[in-house]
Amino acid sequence: MKTKNSIWQWFVHIVLLILSAFCLLPFILLFITSFTDEQSILRHGYSFFPRAFSMAAYQYLWHDIDRILHAYGITIAITVIGTATGLIITALLAYPLSRKDMPFSRFWSFVVFFTMLLNSGLVPQYLVYTQLFDMKNTLLALIVPGLLMNAFYVMMMRTFFASSIPFPVIESANIDGAGEFRTFVQIVLPLSMPILATVGLFQTIHYWNDWFNGMIYITDSKLFSLQNLLNRILLDFDFLTSSNFSGNSGDIFADVPKETVRMAMAVIGIVPILIAYPFFQRYFVKGLTIGAIKG
Amino acid sequence: MKLLAVGTKARKSRRYAALGLMMVPGLLYLLINNYLPMFGVIIAFKDFNYTKGIFGSDWIGLKNFEYLFKTSDALLITRNTILYNAAFICLNLIVPVGVAILLNEVRKKRLSRFYQTVILLPYLISMVIVGYLVYAMLSADSGFLGQTILPMLGLPDISWYSEPRYWPYILTSVHIWVSAGSLSVIYLASIIGIDPEYYEAAMIDGANKWQQIKRITIPLLVPVITIMTLLQIGRIFYSDFGLFYQVPLNAGALQSTTNVIDTYVYRSLMTLGDVGMSSAAGVYQSLVGFVLVLLSNFVVRKINKDHALF
Repeated sequence: MKTKNSIWQWFVHIVLLILSAFCLLPFILLFITSFTDEQSILRHGYSFFPRAFSMAAYQYLWHDIDRILHAYGITIAITVIGTATGLIITALLAYPLSRKDMPFSRFWSFVVFFTMLLNSGLVPQYLVYTQLFDMKNTLLALIVPGLLMNAFYVMMMRTFFASSIPFPVIESANIDGAGEFRTFVQIVLPLSMPILATVGLFQTIHYWNDWFNGMIYITDSKLFSLQNLLNRILLDFDFLTSSNFSGNSGDIFADVPKETVRMAMAVIGIVPILIAYPFFQRYFVKGLTIGAIKG
Repeated sequence: MKLLAVGTKARKSRRYAALGLMMVPGLLYLLINNYLPMFGVIIAFKDFNYTKGIFGSDWIGLKNFEYLFKTSDALLITRNTILYNAAFICLNLIVPVGVAILLNEVRKKRLSRFYQTVILLPYLISMVIVGYLVYAMLSADSGFLGQTILPMLGLPDISWYSEPRYWPYILTSVHIWVSAGSLSVIYLASIIGIDPEYYEAAMIDGANKWQQIKRITIPLLVPVITIMTLLQIGRIFYSDFGLFYQVPLNAGALQSTTNVIDTYVYRSLMTLGDVGMSSAAGVYQSLVGFVLVLLSNFVVRKINKDHALF
């Protein structure tokens, strides 16, 4: 019995280790190739054990540091502004909907919920934002369309408010003379930190990773977020070498180490999220499970 | 007495006015982001002209739809979208459930958390980065797969980015790589919720691991699996735009097997500037998608009311 059990345990761990390797190795390959000598790649391909190491890719990108930092700045700005604004309007909408005593709360819940069922698609949304609101090539286009608030998170928060905050607590605050707004800020929000953290985390990830809004609304490369820069370089490498942004001329680098620069750029793009990941991993898992089981 | 009643009524309505005011920013956003575009679908029935605008353009009835369904594209993108999603749904039944069962067997909490952290990693990064990772595997003349793996198996390199027939397998693998982790974590949460007494009773009766999994874990997971699957079926007309656009690097040669409704709508709008065609395809997707969501929800509701969306 005991040996049987330990064989089973071995099996479990071996399979999980193989799966983990599958998930992890592409990242390691990316990291190693960014430090590989370009010639070595051209001759032997991407490899976990390159023949020669080189910092050339990073040296090349160092000359473009302004552009990279600028893109980082845009990404950080839209992430902070978008997440904060989104979280506030989500909570402000979810709380009244969670109050069963509020007149028409069911109707308004349906108004929110219906947006999850019927998706009007890209074209009308594009025309509304470009024709009606003239958002093309503005920072707002990276923040507002599609990302700012999500009906799914509103419903998630509503469920949390309704189930985790006892109504008598709200009622007694009201009897003590606190207005609705004050009750919300001083009583409801402090009790709701878990859900605020979870939704905030997911919003942050959405903003950080978003390239779609940039791809359709932004043509001015000065407004490119980090993901847009990565996106452009992936689809069209020459975008990086074209000197419309910085004076990175060909004199310094007769041959651009194309393959390694590409990979180095991706490394620069993922390092922050990889560093932060262990710290928010628990909330991430929690958010995935509550989101799926009780929406 | 009467005065007091009036007083509380006024106070009550003031309270609800405050609550109503709180909802304004959120509802305003939904109006702009979701409801205005819903009315914007009328452009699918118009000959859209940028100078005339959404309301000024001329009505042309169903012409846009006629053009769309006359092309071979309509069938192709519908077929691709549905077949890819069908493959994803089938594999999403097998891989994540299996991984969740294995994760549940890990005794040490720390190790279990380590495995979860690693398998969720692909889900955390953007599709652009996934595109880079796939490029590192497949790029012509230097990809890891072509230069290291295939020679080890004695096979010649393939120029992946110009051979459409391999892409159904590539994109399906990439999809599973990206999403299996998150689904596993969801299934794991429901396995953890199973009452341990079932297993204790089964062990007293001499059931081995495999019997426990087959007779207890999987049957108790069936409701969750059914619901997750039906929800995916409801979205069978939609696809992850990033997966089908970024991962094949928007390569024209691959479009016969990588073009789905979402990429078609995008390309007709942004690359060809054909508002009529792309909005017709968008409306086609929205309508069929809407019906499918309602249908699948109806079925979910029949099975378990608590899991239904509405």
